[in-house]
Amino acid sequence: MSQFLQFLFSGITVGATYALAALGFTLIYNASNVINFAQGEFIMLGGMLVFFFLQAGLPMPVAIFLAIAIPAIVGMLIEKFTIEPAREADVVTLIIITIGVSLVIRGVIQVWLGKGTHSYPAFSGNDPILIGGATLLPQSLWVLGITALVVVALWYFFSRTLAGKAILATSCNPLAAQLVGVNTQWVLLVSFALSAALGAIGGVLLTPITLTSYDVGIMLGLKGFVAVVVGGLGSGLGAVVGGLLVGIIEAMAAGYISSAYKDAVPFILILVILFFLPRGIFGAKVTERV
Amino acid sequence: MNMLRRHKPLLILAAVLLCLPLVLPNNFYYDIAIRMAINAIIVLGLNLLIGFAGQISLGHAGFIGIGAYASAILPTHFNWHPLLAMVAGAVGASVVAAIVARPIFRLKGHYLAMATLGLGIIIAIVIKNEATYTGGPDGMPVPALGIGSFSINGEKQWYWVLAALLLFSFWASRNLIDSPFGRALRALHGSEVASQVMGVDVVRYKVAIFILSAFFASLMGSVTAHYIGFVTPNIADFFHSIELVTMVVVGGMASIYGSLIGAVLLTALPQALSTFEGWETVVFGSILIFCMIFMPRGLVPTLAERFGGRGEDA
Amino acid sequence: MALLDVENLSIAFGGVKAVQNVSFSVEKGIVYSVIGPNGAGKTTLFNLITGVYTPSEGEIRLDGNSIAGAAPHELALRGMARTFQNLQVCMNMSALENVMVGAHLKLDRNLIKAMLRFPSLARRDDQLRDEARELMRFVGLEAYWNLGANSMPYGALKRLEIARALAAKPRILFLDEPAAGLNSKETAEIDELVQKVAESGITVVLVEHDMKMVMNISDRILVLDYGKKLAEGTAQEVRDNPDVIAAYLGSTV
Ligand SMILES: Nc1ncnc2c1ncn2[C@@H]1O[C@H](COP(=O)(O)OP(=O)(O)O)[C@@H](O)[C@H]1O
Ligand SMILES: [Mg+2]
Repeated sequence: MSQFLQFLFSGITVGATYALAALGFTLIYNASNVINFAQGEFIMLGGMLVFFFLQAGLPMPVAIFLAIAIPAIVGMLIEKFTIEPAREADVVTLIIITIGVSLVIRGVIQVWLGKGTHSYPAFSGNDPILIGGATLLPQSLWVLGITALVVVALWYFFSRTLAGKAILATSCNPLAAQLVGVNTQWVLLVSFALSAALGAIGGVLLTPITLTSYDVGIMLGLKGFVAVVVGGLGSGLGAVVGGLLVGIIEAMAAGYISSAYKDAVPFILILVILFFLPRGIFGAKVTERV
Repeated sequence: MNMLRRHKPLLILAAVLLCLPLVLPNNFYYDIAIRMAINAIIVLGLNLLIGFAGQISLGHAGFIGIGAYASAILPTHFNWHPLLAMVAGAVGASVVAAIVARPIFRLKGHYLAMATLGLGIIIAIVIKNEATYTGGPDGMPVPALGIGSFSINGEKQWYWVLAALLLFSFWASRNLIDSPFGRALRALHGSEVASQVMGVDVVRYKVAIFILSAFFASLMGSVTAHYIGFVTPNIADFFHSIELVTMVVVGGMASIYGSLIGAVLLTALPQALSTFEGWETVVFGSILIFCMIFMPRGLVPTLAERFGGRGEDA
Repeated sequence: MALLDVENLSIAFGGVKAVQNVSFSVEKGIVYSVIGPNGAGKTTLFNLITGVYTPSEGEIRLDGNSIAGAAPHELALRGMARTFQNLQVCMNMSALENVMVGAHLKLDRNLIKAMLRFPSLARRDDQLRDEARELMRFVGLEAYWNLGANSMPYGALKRLEIARALAAKPRILFLDEPAAGLNSKETAEIDELVQKVAESGITVVLVEHDMKMVMNISDRILVLDYGKKLAEGTAQEVRDNPDVIAAYLGSTV
């Protein structure tokens, strides 16, 4: 039982990061129909930048702020200079563009900060908390708490503020939104910035637990996408639930079956889902107009 | 004369491959030429899937890995003849492709990209983890490829083997796109619904071309393994899959010549970039972005259009 | 027995009942027209019959055999072909190749033989190339035979779709607004072409807005309105039907 709890704790912790990544995917997908394969790089950027700024002697809060703000700016640059010029392109082209972006980000960090593995101290120490025979790191509480906060803030933003509603309207019907005066270009920029910030937050929070290096982005991003698929493409709540689910299943499989195959678990999961729900997760048959 | 016209590109390629050794100064250049040919053959197959059929695979290195490791493991641990191992690898890769293809090719775009990517990653993880057979992250040696007492040795011999394989692949790809099967493949890219009402079972065609390209990727994985004499998990890496996709899109989607040009250019690139130690990834990524934004159809079709009307297969 | 029987066919998209309880039958060898204002459900009806959409209710029979819910490629095998209102030409291929795709089911589609270019397959392909060129001439596209589809004008693409459908040697051909967007001269030419096709023995089901053309060549006419059948009969019967006059034709005919 305590073992189960232990796995559950670690599953929920990484799952929260997947959830943030999944929310990032969902935001961009809803605003632009693009699946941003560079999403994982924002997670990597978050962790690596905090590490860098701490090294440079900045205090933790400043380092964290910069490590979230810089990826957000990078996100906007990506939208402006790679997505916008290719607005009319087909899905395959857009996928390849975002893969290119992901390689550039990862390559720049590799040259700049090297190939080493890095970390920094947890926000409030490493004294584990005992619950039901299992231990929970204080950093896990940070991860879960901040994720919950972010989710609530996002919910408030989208359901209660004009800006949020404008973004939702754009994702439903860009033309109509434009007609009623929404600046859809601005919506795209905001979505990319927000989505990058979400990823970076995940990276900032998780790094003291899992460590980071220039190449962790791909795997984390992909698992975030698996979470998106599990939860249903386009749904915010689905992204959160999917993220936690993927994290938990991965931790359980690692604990009870084989830790060597931990990273394969989400992908086996996605293949199984696609296998048994060939029409995708929603089950509904969408009739494409011809 | 019709005959001659039809085979002109094949004859030109044959001439180039025949004359190339006259200008290759040493084994270092032979080695590059061989790697170019290996990539060109894989990219020809991948372009059928991506360029002609309009699908995507982000996990093709996984199939290359299956072939490479079949050629390493089966002869080493189970005493199989290398040729038999090579065939077994290709059949194995095809079976894996077939199993996952049915469900994933009902899906479009993002799901397809993700499912193929996931498949590639799973294969890479298996290779890294099953160290008893694969040697784990350190890799393992691969025995020479040969029949009886004769075995292929050295860059010069390998060059001719690959020249022959490349010629065959080039010929077969050209035949394929200009056949009922190939037209169906291109038609389902052009308009899926139109091809369906003309009688094309689109899922079947997508699955078939996926399996075919996996088959050839695996064969070339085996060839690579035998040629280098050693294999590491990097061969099945995600980054390798991306390199191959880059070759397809840079050279030109749906262009046979584009596949050759893409493979040649991007195989040469790391050599050219060796002075920029460490920046390869950035350059690769930038090329992908630049190409997709400014010439989404790739080098050969774009140039063919600019100079001299329609390219032959653009 | 009628060639095509449609019984109580219905489909809804969310709240929109695009086709509701429509029944009719098409005898072999006739020209059967479907008319109705925009959004009446004509294209949807074609999509249902040709297997592109799956009906929520109702029955479709070809030669008395149920085909509701069958995939489009299976229906092609049974002799159905169609064109599309908003062009579905393969722009990545040449005009001639588009027509050749139409003959897909008549060919050897083996992958291995194709790669090795078996002589039998090569011979048949050369023959097909000639046939396809002949078809392009038949629809009046000989000038374009060597061009890429992406460099053809709109009017030519409309004909190209007809040539492609004819290449399948169909028994029943569905034409969805073949003259839409064409000028009056081009419309007259399409009119003539449809007549020629019908005379060759192919059963034609036609959606068209040009009333002169419809009244001219149709043996029977089905009138749809808001997804429902408003009237059905010969040109004369439809013209005289008070519901039709009230709802659709008004004073224009
Ligand atoms: N795939 C689809 N999804 C949603 N609504 C559709 C779809 N296809 C058709 N419709 C709706 O069905 C109705 C009939 O459309 P259609 O058959 O195209 O009319 P027509 O061809 O007679 O002009 C319209 O209201 C249209 O918006
Ligand atoms: Mg219509």
